[in-house]
Amino acid sequence: MIRSLLVFLLFLLTSTGGEIAITYGMKATGEPERLRLRQLLTFLGRAVRNTWFWVGIPQLALSFYLLLLLLSWEPISLVIPASALNPYVFGTLAAKYVLGEQISPQRWAGVTLVCAGVALVALS
Amino acid sequence: MGHDLRVRIKTLVMILAMVVCANVGDLMLKRGMSQIGAVQLSSAGLQHAFRLTVTNGTIWIGILFLIGFTISYMTVMSWADYSYVMPAGAFGYALLTLLAVLFLHETVSPRRWIGVVLICIGVSLVSQTKPRTTEAARQVAA
Repeated sequence: MIRSLLVFLLFLLTSTGGEIAITYGMKATGEPERLRLRQLLTFLGRAVRNTWFWVGIPQLALSFYLLLLLLSWEPISLVIPASALNPYVFGTLAAKYVLGEQISPQRWAGVTLVCAGVALVALS
Repeated sequence: MGHDLRVRIKTLVMILAMVVCANVGDLMLKRGMSQIGAVQLSSAGLQHAFRLTVTNGTIWIGILFLIGFTISYMTVMSWADYSYVMPAGAFGYALLTLLAVLFLHETVSPRRWIGVVLICIGVSLVSQTKPRTTEAARQVAA
């Protein structure tokens, strides 16, 4: 149990850090002109030349391996919802203060409900 | 109006792709890891688990779906807010609950169903907000 919890905490840190870094990198890359294969490949090519992308990837790779470990120890219906609390708790705050996104009252309300829902799902 | 609507639809379609890929991918990983069994936290145990993991077809199918997830995630993040995409993507729990019932035959408690309902209401609230609140001009030079 404590083993799972420690691995889970490390998973939270690396997955939030990785996602915020990649989001930052993707905003810097700019969106593809059209959602066609050619433009998407060009876009992905531009994205992988962005430093922030490579700040995020190792963190996500580590979090992926930690998730595999957790999945082999605990049921998927517990691991996946529990692992999902981080985008709402840390992720939303990081998006506001690091990425400068504006979180309207309606968005906060939605995020709070999603968070409560995910907690209920995780506890069941 | 026309442009806003287009961005909203484009964003929601990409989020749907993300959610489907992520959930199918996770389901395949779980199946693959169940075939492998509990991983022992020793050097030999980890090496053994690694060998079994990279030779397991189900795991590879899961990884392919997770690559699909990564590409749709990167694409949608190039224009939409993290704080829009992440909560909106939570409707995957409704999907995951259904998949767990249908394919893994897990039992779902009333509490979990209430959670799923709360998630759906929250997602609908978030999805009505503006997908992008940062200016394109704020972009750092690539």
